[in-house]
Amino acid sequence: MRQTDRHFKFDWVTILLFFALVIFGWLNIISASQTGETIDYFSFSSPYSKQLIFIGLTVFLIIIILSIDSKFYERFSSIIYLASLLSLAGLFLFGKSINGATSWYAIGPMTLQPSEFAKAATALAVAKYISDLQTDIKRFEDQIRIFVIITIPALLILLQKDAGSTLVYASFFFVLYREGLPKIYLIIGFLIILISIISLKFGFLVTAIITLIATLARHFTRHKRPSFLQPLLIIITTLVISFGVKYTFNHLPAHQKERITIWLSLEKDPVKLERMKKRAAYNLNESEKAISAGGVKGKGFLEGTRTTGKFVPEQHTDYIFSTVGEEWGFIGSFMVVLVFILLILRVLHLAELQKSQFSRVYGYSVAAIFFFHFMINIGMVMGLIPTIGIPLPFFSYGGSGLWGFTILLFIFIKLDSNRINEW
Amino acid sequence: MRKILLFLCVVFVGIVFTGRLFYLQVLSNKAENIFDDNAIRKVYTYPKRGFVYDRNDKLLVANQPSYDVMVIPREVEPLDTLEFCSLLKISKDQFIKKYNKARRYSPRLPYVFVSHLSKEDYAILQEKMRKYDGFYIQKRSLRQYEASIGANVLGDIGEVNNQDLAKDDYYKIGDLIGKQGIEASYEKTLRGTKGIKFIQKDRFNRDIGPFKNGEYDVLSKAGKDIKTTIDAELQSYGEKLMQNKRGGIIAIEPSTGEILAMVAAPTYDPNDLVGRQRSKNYTKLFRDSIAKPLFNRSLQGVYEPGSPFKLVNALIGLQEGIISTDETITCYKGMKNGNSFFGCHCNYGSKNNMTKGIQESCNAYFGTVYKRILDKTGSASEGIDNWSKHVKSFGLGDYLNNDLFVGQKGLIPNRAFYKKRKSFFSGNTISNSIGQGQVQTTPIQLANMTAAIANRGYYYTPHIVKYIEGDAIPEQFTKPKYTSIDKQHFDPVIEGMLQVYKKGTAKYLQIPDIDICGKTGTVENFAIIDSVKTQLTDHSIFVAFAPKDNPKIALAVFVENGYFGSRFAGRIASLMIEKYIKGEITRKDMEDWLLTHSLENEYAKPYSGEPFKINRETQLQVIPMPTNETD
Repeated sequence: MRQTDRHFKFDWVTILLFFALVIFGWLNIISASQTGETIDYFSFSSPYSKQLIFIGLTVFLIIIILSIDSKFYERFSSIIYLASLLSLAGLFLFGKSINGATSWYAIGPMTLQPSEFAKAATALAVAKYISDLQTDIKRFEDQIRIFVIITIPALLILLQKDAGSTLVYASFFFVLYREGLPKIYLIIGFLIILISIISLKFGFLVTAIITLIATLARHFTRHKRPSFLQPLLIIITTLVISFGVKYTFNHLPAHQKERITIWLSLEKDPVKLERMKKRAAYNLNESEKAISAGGVKGKGFLEGTRTTGKFVPEQHTDYIFSTVGEEWGFIGSFMVVLVFILLILRVLHLAELQKSQFSRVYGYSVAAIFFFHFMINIGMVMGLIPTIGIPLPFFSYGGSGLWGFTILLFIFIKLDSNRINEW
Repeated sequence: MRKILLFLCVVFVGIVFTGRLFYLQVLSNKAENIFDDNAIRKVYTYPKRGFVYDRNDKLLVANQPSYDVMVIPREVEPLDTLEFCSLLKISKDQFIKKYNKARRYSPRLPYVFVSHLSKEDYAILQEKMRKYDGFYIQKRSLRQYEASIGANVLGDIGEVNNQDLAKDDYYKIGDLIGKQGIEASYEKTLRGTKGIKFIQKDRFNRDIGPFKNGEYDVLSKAGKDIKTTIDAELQSYGEKLMQNKRGGIIAIEPSTGEILAMVAAPTYDPNDLVGRQRSKNYTKLFRDSIAKPLFNRSLQGVYEPGSPFKLVNALIGLQEGIISTDETITCYKGMKNGNSFFGCHCNYGSKNNMTKGIQESCNAYFGTVYKRILDKTGSASEGIDNWSKHVKSFGLGDYLNNDLFVGQKGLIPNRAFYKKRKSFFSGNTISNSIGQGQVQTTPIQLANMTAAIANRGYYYTPHIVKYIEGDAIPEQFTKPKYTSIDKQHFDPVIEGMLQVYKKGTAKYLQIPDIDICGKTGTVENFAIIDSVKTQLTDHSIFVAFAPKDNPKIALAVFVENGYFGSRFAGRIASLMIEKYIKGEITRKDMEDWLLTHSLENEYAKPYSGEPFKINRETQLQVIPMPTNETD
């Protein structure tokens, strides 16, 4: 490996997009967390000054990641994965609870959230396993093994009551599908979502009737009619899913139930719905109003009245995008969406260029994870999907998150820089 | 397909997000006004409302603090209603009713939830107010009337109504505005300008500091004090004399047009219309459709002026040269008027010159004068227009355009008024000569006419304000307005008025050491009772000024159904003049008589449903001397 011109092979477009998001994100954290007093960037007590330190440390992290030989990541992926699982499991013993989720280690004044790093570890493990010559994703046993690799960290996180972060592991579906997972999974996944929504919105009976009609129609239009067993099985499965969804919904914690109720407008009584909105969708309501108040041009940096008044709770973390909306308006918000899309597509494009399957799968995972975070977070802040608390990469306040996403992205940049040398 | 699924998803989400942003920020964004921003609290600071003084710097109206509980419905969070209601001293039902009313008004605008808390309630409540999101206390200032006089002059303030809100966007719901009297006509002077502070709130409804360092804040400007022309003592005395009577007294200083007293009877204590009791008491006054205490009889009461109007006819006669002061006209207990007879109370065959005509109030004399004025050119139509022009130059029959909140035009007819009559000649409007017929005036117009006579030919528009802090009195009140009568014609008429006191209809009302010039009036009047036009006891009218030379006070007194002019109105006029000029009363007998005689049973007659007698056949109601309850 020639050491001399290595840095030219880093994808500078990605790095540029990364820094653009980090810096703009930080500006919005200032707005969202300033207290109206003069802004002191080095007081180390306010979120924005802490985030500045995190960003500074990120630079060192990047240098370290890029300095390590790219073979290291592939070779040590299993160990990294296991270490990550251990760190997640250790939370049950040593974890600290914040907002009901036991997701943090307290180290002196700092807290560390291992789930933010587990995503990168899992991506490495999945890439490693799929790229193994003996693995055939079309084989059921291998599918099960991959499923297990993905599910263990997801389950651990779910048990720590961090449902949002768990959901991100669903993004690996895109990776598996890209690598040859049979189409039937796509169809089944899609159908389950559809059945769930129909069951919740229109009830058990309607779901049953729709399924019956659809199944029978398909059955009788087929040239080669199989036995009646197949449609019967489909109907029964559907009904079981439908029933299961209803049952789960009814036994969800009240706040989650209300979020879904509001999202699907399940409550018929407008008075009750209104009251529910005030209670469960307060954040959403305020965040939508803040975004809307921004108008086309926005109110300007540090000028957002709703942001200054802290009307949107958690605005510097999960709801950071509402600050963008209020202070930078449609123009600024659109730019943020655009830069995110460009970053994800750039990573996707680079992944497709990889000659090593490990790098490709990893790159694909990176793009899919970013996409999920981006879609769920901004979708939630704008009221398109029910409230699910996950951070917006590079924007939301927090060291663990920033470092987790940085590691995730820069391991890929490192792998990408080496693609010429793969042969 | 496998390679592009994620790509398509990313692009799709990107488009959906852009669309949503466009919808939220471009389509449904209404340029956010600072007043609509619920992150900004708007706090109004109400300035001191100007004080009102009498002409001798006696404080009449001051302020007292008042606290309203305001609500902004959409900011209300679930609360301990039971505790809140007990703090506000309302029931839960009332709470719900008020809350719903506020919501209907607007979910996002402040609404007065409970008005006028007492100081004690306020002290307890303000400690706990923070617990109740969406509620806050607004401090305002209420009026405090130092003396219980002059309700109709001073007026009152009350909450703005919907018309006020629609007319002037300065006012917000719950604001106070002048409703009557000086409070209404000098509203803008007295109220000052309220200030506004914009305060950045956080989501817990807590203030976190001024919005943009108070860049948009406006300081309040205190209202200006007003010194009125009212003499509080005279006003108070007039109200005392008018107890148990209906009518009005207007006293004017002729040399300035300043209104010294403006009594409307019956009246009420202005403090009744302050604070929490206001609406209850106001309704009570408003609903009294018989005594009509809110009806300012001295400004709004339109009556036939009666005999005092003869003075104007005498002056016009002299100006037009159709009669001399010495010419005598013989009264045959009246005079022939075409085919009919115009009656008079003089002895048959009395020969009256002008002085005596005024002194005895001879109808035949003035009937003749009136007919001559109209027939001077041979055309009664031209004549009446000329006559009307002269009369109007005394300020009769039109708005005075002064600074009083209410007023009435009255009526002085001209040819156009009679255009429906096919043949018009002087004789068929002869009642105008004695101030009846179609002539109608208000007491303040009569007082002004008297002032014009006292001044020998000019008047200043009667007004109520003497001095405004830092402002000049409008020019319309300081410029004399001349009548169309030459100066020299006034002396004989004034001589006649003097004789009214010396020998004539008011000879028993003389006040020692003061030369009073006056004129009685007795006006027939009717009411429709059960669809039958029924005559009631005559109105008692009196106009006077004093002293004869260099007059200090001119006044008109009107007592409904008081019978002949000198019985009630004349006595009141004499006492008012003495009170103002001497500062004390020597004619105690007259004062006692007025205080012990009531007209209440006279006023009850038309409503009794039984037949009743009028005028000389009635018996006056005697009441015990009232204990000193005024002042």
